[in-house]
Amino acid sequence: MNIQVNEQGSIVLISVEEERLDAHNSTDLKTRLLSLFEDGKNNMVINLEGVRFVDSSGLGALVSGFKNASARNGSLKLAGLQPQVQSMFELTRLHRVFEIFPNAEDALASFQP
Amino acid sequence: MSERIELDITLPTETRYLGLVGQIGESMARSLDRFSGDREELAYHINLVLTEAMANAIQHAKKPNSAEVRITISLIRHKLIIKVYDQGKGFDLCTLSTPDAACLEEHGRGIFIIRTIMDKVIYRKLKDGHVLEMEKTLH
Repeated sequence: MNIQVNEQGSIVLISVEEERLDAHNSTDLKTRLLSLFEDGKNNMVINLEGVRFVDSSGLGALVSGFKNASARNGSLKLAGLQPQVQSMFELTRLHRVFEIFPNAEDALASFQP
Repeated sequence: MSERIELDITLPTETRYLGLVGQIGESMARSLDRFSGDREELAYHINLVLTEAMANAIQHAKKPNSAEVRITISLIRHKLIIKVYDQGKGFDLCTLSTPDAACLEEHGRGIFIIRTIMDKVIYRKLKDGHVLEMEKTLH
């Protein structure tokens, strides 16, 4: 799976550079997130700007990351959702769970005190 | 909308074909001659239903990567009918609960999504497997 990871101070910006986040590649994302948690990175932004399609498995990987971040007193925020991807969060009510920002810059800025 | 489309696709039970089957569904939605609704939304929904149903069939296959999944897509008059055949042990559609977002379950949203998008969802046992039948009336 094509993922760019950039550390910006104590925050990790993860850009998913795949058109689809589905049952074929969601386990890769989940594994990458777990590896970051194990390295002590608990605050992250996942930029989904390049993702045009997400299924229940992709949502499950993001929920897994959200739960891991919360359990470590960290935070996982989402940015750059395309309209159809946003509609998936609304369909499953997950838009009430995640903090969602229009772009990665806004999501990163939200971590500043 | 009076056109008639019938597709019969057989693929290995591998997740790398999810994108292909989704693309076929999207292309079909965009090619419909007389559909007055939101075409992009319909394209996404058909992609999603096909992806979820095929992933479900792969998950329930007896031995991963050892069988095939057959998908039929029919559009007759206003009715879209998608059937996904699996050769696995199956599952009980009635015991699947509606996922609660607050509980943050990582699994179990696939069938919920299909049920939300489609008008009618039935899972039937066949002689050598199961079929997930999904119908939606298009306007």
